[in-house]
Amino acid sequence: MTTFLDNIFNGLALGAVYALVALGFVIIFKASGVMNFAHGSLLLLGGYLTAVFHDDLGFAGALAVAVLVTAAVAGAMDRFLLHAGGTDPHTAHVQTIVTIGVDIVILTDLSRRIGGDLLSLGDPWGDSVSGLGPVTVADSRIAAIVVSTVVIAGVFALFRYTSWGLSLRASAEDVEAAALMGVRLVRIRTLAWCLAGALAALAAVFLAAFPAPGLERTTGQIALKAFPAAILGGMASPPGALAGSLLIGLTEALVAGYQSDLHILGEGFGDVAPYAVMVLVLLVRPTGLFGGKAAVRV
Amino acid sequence: MSERLSRARAVRLGWTFAAVVVLCALPFYLDAFWLRIGLFSMAAAVGAVGLGLLSGTAGQLSLGHAFFLAVGAYGYVWLAGEPGPGLPTALAAVLAVLLAGVAGGLFSPVAGRVRGVYLGVATLALVFLGHHVLLTADSVTGGFNGRSVPPLEVGGFSFSADSELSLLGVPFGAEERLWYLGLALFAITWFTARGLLRGRPGRALVALRDSETAAAVMGVDVSRYRSAAFVVSSMYAGLAGVMLALAFRRVVPDYFGLVLSVDYLAMIVIGGLGSVAGATAGAVFVTALPLLMTRYADQLPLVAAPGTTDGAVGPTEAARYLYGAAIVLILLFAPDGLHGLVRRLRARLRSRRTAPPPADAASPSQPPASAVRAKEPTP
Repeated sequence: MTTFLDNIFNGLALGAVYALVALGFVIIFKASGVMNFAHGSLLLLGGYLTAVFHDDLGFAGALAVAVLVTAAVAGAMDRFLLHAGGTDPHTAHVQTIVTIGVDIVILTDLSRRIGGDLLSLGDPWGDSVSGLGPVTVADSRIAAIVVSTVVIAGVFALFRYTSWGLSLRASAEDVEAAALMGVRLVRIRTLAWCLAGALAALAAVFLAAFPAPGLERTTGQIALKAFPAAILGGMASPPGALAGSLLIGLTEALVAGYQSDLHILGEGFGDVAPYAVMVLVLLVRPTGLFGGKAAVRV
Repeated sequence: MSERLSRARAVRLGWTFAAVVVLCALPFYLDAFWLRIGLFSMAAAVGAVGLGLLSGTAGQLSLGHAFFLAVGAYGYVWLAGEPGPGLPTALAAVLAVLLAGVAGGLFSPVAGRVRGVYLGVATLALVFLGHHVLLTADSVTGGFNGRSVPPLEVGGFSFSADSELSLLGVPFGAEERLWYLGLALFAITWFTARGLLRGRPGRALVALRDSETAAAVMGVDVSRYRSAAFVVSSMYAGLAGVMLALAFRRVVPDYFGLVLSVDYLAMIVIGGLGSVAGATAGAVFVTALPLLMTRYADQLPLVAAPGTTDGAVGPTEAARYLYGAAIVLILLFAPDGLHGLVRRLRARLRSRRTAPPPADAASPSQPPASAVRAKEPTP
């Protein structure tokens, strides 16, 4: 029973972090129709900046710098590199490939700087643990759940109550109508990219915190697991991304936790289990759990 | 008019002939390094043509190309090798291509229903699940260390350096022999793919890409064509996998990762979606650039020699920087890729020389690549 609770808790913590990343994907996709392949390197950039600055600025200051800079880089990427075809949705696939190019450049540079090192982010939780009923959990995991919940609630409030959120939802619904209503598409889009970048930088902190050994150059690859999370929920639905992330996190933690009973699937199946779950879900629901049926107008 | 057309055809035939002669003569003059670049480029071109058919023409985003390459490569190695059935190598190569097609067919329940980004990420799953299988199914795949590739033999002629052979005083090792094999397979790919694209299936796929509903109304069987595109593309990938395995002489799981899929996607977009020539150009560009960069790193400014550490930019990294930057720049200035760039240049040259009737600017038999991005009429 304790093992089960342990695994559930790990899954929730993992899912909460995936949710930060997946939400970023979904926001970008809603705003620009682009699948952002550079998300992993944005995440790594956020983590790297926190690691570099935490000696001088303290953890909170370093994190603030990292979040701001990553948001700025994401915004700049959208503004300067992804406007080749304007906001025409039919150029989205070309822009998707441009993000691959950007990802290669950023990732190469960060890998070169990080090398084989494990960077500490200097987070305040360290390796302390707390007892939560029958299970013992790492403080960093509790922090991951709490912070993610608060931040995600904040983002949803942004969607719901601000004029930016309204404009974003309107332009995701119908670009032309939104433009005619005076929505400044370019600004909405760039802000969406900034927000997604900030979320990625924040997620990096929890991915590198205990019990993970620290920030390594492969940390960014974890962003790839947010792809199935976002798809599971339906790419255009933020609450769906949340549900998908929790599902992916729980799947991964449970499969990894009971690996000895699942040895027939091979070692390390926990890492790929999210993809198996995603394929099964897509077989039944081709647009994800929360994705609506697309109506086609002829 | 017909006189001019036949003259254009003669000119084109002449160019094709010249290209074939040059390509066939190259092994007599180039050393193994360049021939290897050529081999990898040809294999990549075959795979890229397959992906171009699927993602460019049919509009089905696939990130799973590496998986089908792996099926082809490992299929060949297992079928021809020990442990495995130990079939004759030529038969094993054909069966490996078919096996990749079957793998694509097995995916058709997903490929026929799932669309757009969803399909892209679903195929991403193939890469990760496939990689996992390659690592764990030791008895077939050899696990982490992979397996060595048995050389191909056709009618007693071995495509390896086992037997002595020299032509016109040039020793023919594995690279020289594989070069001609690669050329032949690439020629087959080129003509079959162009035939497919220009014929009825190609039109059906283009119609599907532009509007599924309209295509269905016109009598195109949507899910059948979607699945068929996947099967055909997987077979090209399987063939590319066999060619890569023969060129590498060893297959390892880590090669067939997401990076490879992304590279193939980059090839077809850099080359220009929806054209065989574009896919080929993109494949050569993406394959040759890192190899050339690594080789000539010491002559480039700002690049350190391989092996030096402490944060200097090594040749591999420099190649990656340049590769990433090239993707961004090409697409920034030519969103329709190298193929579109060449076509526009050619049209400009032609209009400067003569003032042709506008119908002449784009050859009617070839759908313009810009159709990919053409805005659908708003209802």
